Amino acid sequence: MTSVGVLALQGDVREHVAVLQRIGVTPVEVRSVAALVGIDGLVIPGGESTTMARLLVTSGLRAPVTEMLAGGLPVLGTCAGLIMLARRILDGRSDQWSLGLLDIEVRRNGFGRQVASFETVVEVAGVGPVAGAFIRAPQVVTVADGVDVLATHDHGQGPTPVLVRQGHALGCAFHPELTGETRIHELFLSLV
Amino acid sequence: MTTSPDSSTVGSTLVKRGLADMLRGGVIMDVVNADQAKIAEDAGAVAVMALERVPADIRRDGGVARMSDPLLIQEIQATVTIPVMAKARIGHFAEAQVLESLGVDYVDESEVLTPADEEHHIDKWAFTVPFVCGATNLGEALRRIGEGACMIRSKGEAGTGNVVEAVRHLRTINAQMRRLHSADAAELAGLAKDLQAPLPLVREVAEIGHLPVPMFCAGGIATPADASLVMQLGAEAVFVGSGIFKSADPVRMAEAIVEATTHFRDPSVVAKVSTGLGAAMRGSETATLEQRLAERGW
Repeated sequence: MTSVGVLALQGDVREHVAVLQRIGVTPVEVRSVAALVGIDGLVIPGGESTTMARLLVTSGLRAPVTEMLAGGLPVLGTCAGLIMLARRILDGRSDQWSLGLLDIEVRRNGFGRQVASFETVVEVAGVGPVAGAFIRAPQVVTVADGVDVLATHDHGQGPTPVLVRQGHALGCAFHPELTGETRIHELFLSLV
Repeated sequence: MTTSPDSSTVGSTLVKRGLADMLRGGVIMDVVNADQAKIAEDAGAVAVMALERVPADIRRDGGVARMSDPLLIQEIQATVTIPVMAKARIGHFAEAQVLESLGVDYVDESEVLTPADEEHHIDKWAFTVPFVCGATNLGEALRRIGEGACMIRSKGEAGTGNVVEAVRHLRTINAQMRRLHSADAAELAGLAKDLQAPLPLVREVAEIGHLPVPMFCAGGIATPADASLVMQLGAEAVFVGSGIFKSADPVRMAEAIVEATTHFRDPSVVAKVSTGLGAAMRGSETATLEQRLAERGW
């Protein structure tokens, strides 16, 4: 049976675990290096990217996770997880690092503070309309060649990418895990 | 690739409760200036609570405790990238309106400040910004949720550095939820009456076995082991007020409580981060307190 790790240092781990269970995957909560053994994919959940980045270092997970992702481990990042996967972070902390698997620039809280957080329906290529919650969501500002844009959202200032894929990495600016949606995770499973 | 027409909704219950979901497993730290906010963010806090005095100082100084000066909140917003929360007095919806207009990410309708209304809490459904409220028992938690709160924190006894009240409140809420979860349908109306809580919310808790919003813990957490304790008792994240910046080494204490909250099930991590940490805040025995903040609100 396929097992997928969910980085469980902080954030909406429970929701991702529940979606994975619903689609027939064994979820593994990852808080330590030992939990990485034998996983077929990794989910980086929503939460605070600065907190996750720090805890990845202090838990000793940064190096092995970086190595496994470089070796082709499929990964899905939602919201903070997308930020962790981006090559470049705008408006983050000056020392903020990321895993850099997606050749994109993201702006943290690009849609504004919490009072601007919103839910909407996103049209995903090959999937159809998907309900998504954007909570202090990052905005993808630039996308390099080689990155597939699978969905965009126009928030009044022209369309920006909200679901992108490059190789075995899938990054989502919104939270499909909060809306009862399973198809983004199923799309991710197709990479596993 | 298609661009969706912009039919988006702000301020929905989903996105308001959703931010609380994103803070789970994290530490929210009280800060009184931008320097402290930076220390909190550096240490891995998931959010900061901007206020003029930490609860221990409010307790010491007395007088009326009110919403913070907007300048203080704006300075902190300009300094950190994590969510910034702020407190409004119980029932003081005008303070809450000010905080919303400042773009604060969560409003804490807090018993730590002096209540402005002895009968009514704020109608929180009327706001786009989400609210967190304190509770000492399940009935109080469900009344606040019924008024629109999107996150509950057990009240504890703020500013004491004594975890005993937080433990009491968490255990009370948990025991009352277990009672509902095991009740049969006919019992629920009577239980709702006893709890003085809205019947639909009582039914929801009976069905799902937990609150419909995240339950965090506040009031008296002063050490990494305190954080581990309340997380093991079912808190989903912790608020630390006076416990960090009233300790001997705030930077290390902040980092240690963050680690202990993430790895709360692993005593070896809690031991490691507790080692040589220096003095926690002094704390006080709650039996001798003149003013019990947890008794504010109802």
